[in-house]
Amino acid sequence: MTIIFPKESLRVYPKHLTPAYRSTVKRSPSQALVVIPHTLSELTGPIYGHNAIQENDNDLTKQHKGEPLGERIIVHGHVYDEDKRPVPDTLVEIWQANACGRYVHIVDQHPAPLDPNFTGAGRTVTDKNGYYRFITVKPGAYPWGNHHNAWRPNHIHFSVFGHSFLSRLVTQMYFPGDYLFPFDPIFNSVTDEKARNRMISTFDLENTIPDWALCFRWDIVLRGREATPLDTDTH
Amino acid sequence: MSEIITPSQTVGPFFAYGLTPKGRAKWDPNGSYSWKETVGDNLVTPDASGEKIHIEGRITDGDGAPISDAMIEIWQADAQGRYAHPRDNRALPNTQFKGFGRSATTKDGVYGFDTIKPGPVPGPNGKSQAPHIVVCIFSRGMLRQIYTRLYFSDEPANATDPILALVPAERRNTLIAHKETRGGATVYRFDIRVQGKDETVFFDI
Repeated sequence: MTIIFPKESLRVYPKHLTPAYRSTVKRSPSQALVVIPHTLSELTGPIYGHNAIQENDNDLTKQHKGEPLGERIIVHGHVYDEDKRPVPDTLVEIWQANACGRYVHIVDQHPAPLDPNFTGAGRTVTDKNGYYRFITVKPGAYPWGNHHNAWRPNHIHFSVFGHSFLSRLVTQMYFPGDYLFPFDPIFNSVTDEKARNRMISTFDLENTIPDWALCFRWDIVLRGREATPLDTDTH
Repeated sequence: MSEIITPSQTVGPFFAYGLTPKGRAKWDPNGSYSWKETVGDNLVTPDASGEKIHIEGRITDGDGAPISDAMIEIWQADAQGRYAHPRDNRALPNTQFKGFGRSATTKDGVYGFDTIKPGPVPGPNGKSQAPHIVVCIFSRGMLRQIYTRLYFSDEPANATDPILALVPAERRNTLIAHKETRGGATVYRFDIRVQGKDETVFFDI
């Protein structure tokens, strides 16, 4: 089986220069990117197995003496490739604001409290079915300086590896029905509506744990699919 | 099939406590949090053979200002030119050497890695590629990662590298890391200019 990484799949990605998100203006390449073939250097990539993580790395509510404040939630789903095949044994890292919308980062000094029982970072490795699961609290919305009265919708940052260094993905998971969606230039940097909606988790009543936690499901699809004989001929 | 992938979003300014907690970026507001680092900026493992090197550089934006909240990831072969990945099926005696590293920048936009100088690796059409490192950059203000390559200034093989050959000659120098010696250690300096004058070459891959 040969995995290939067609560039056409990146069509739904945001443009490097998206002026509504102001910081892209000086941080996007101005010269055309140089097209090169995928060599062994691009077709391989780091592999992090279960020895990369510790117990409770995937439970953000158990990393301190007490429990964090906020709405306890389960976030789970599968990591797939473009053939919808599960991506097993791949590292998934997350980070997020606390329930008040404050990040444990010195740069975030907006007037909302830190929670001594919440760092907001987690990691796990997918199982043989590509399945991952985190327990955390629902992050709050927070203001940012992009434009007047700018607020980010609630989101959790995700970092995922996959089949090669080309399938590397850093993205954000959003929550269904967020009233801030129409106003957020980062969310709307994905201009294709269907693609944009793939960043929104679904409320998963079935996997909610009664009297304990609500549940959201979010599947992630990474670059990479099996080459067909036709692809092999043309490469 | 091309309509199903999950789109990229920016890493944002606050990734350090999740992705590079023990790295060079200052993030901890009160010194009370600790978090194990999974991926760091020292790639050297006890069993890794080859020349130990330090890679250092500064990343700047279109105004030439340092990018103080970038994350640089590198992916490389070992000194014998082999990747720690099943797609590279040659024998791999450096069993612990992964070849992957991650460095957050300081407030001055500086990143750095301790690693092993990679060997030449197979390229397209049976040609060899000059020793190089794949570099991937994430930052606030980048909605998707950008890829470049680092080549070494003291490698004659650069002249015949099939990928460098695809880069306009006048821009190739942006991909060359310059060798310096600092206190007996070998340092390769690789500055990254995201935009503007002497803009680094980035790849469409």
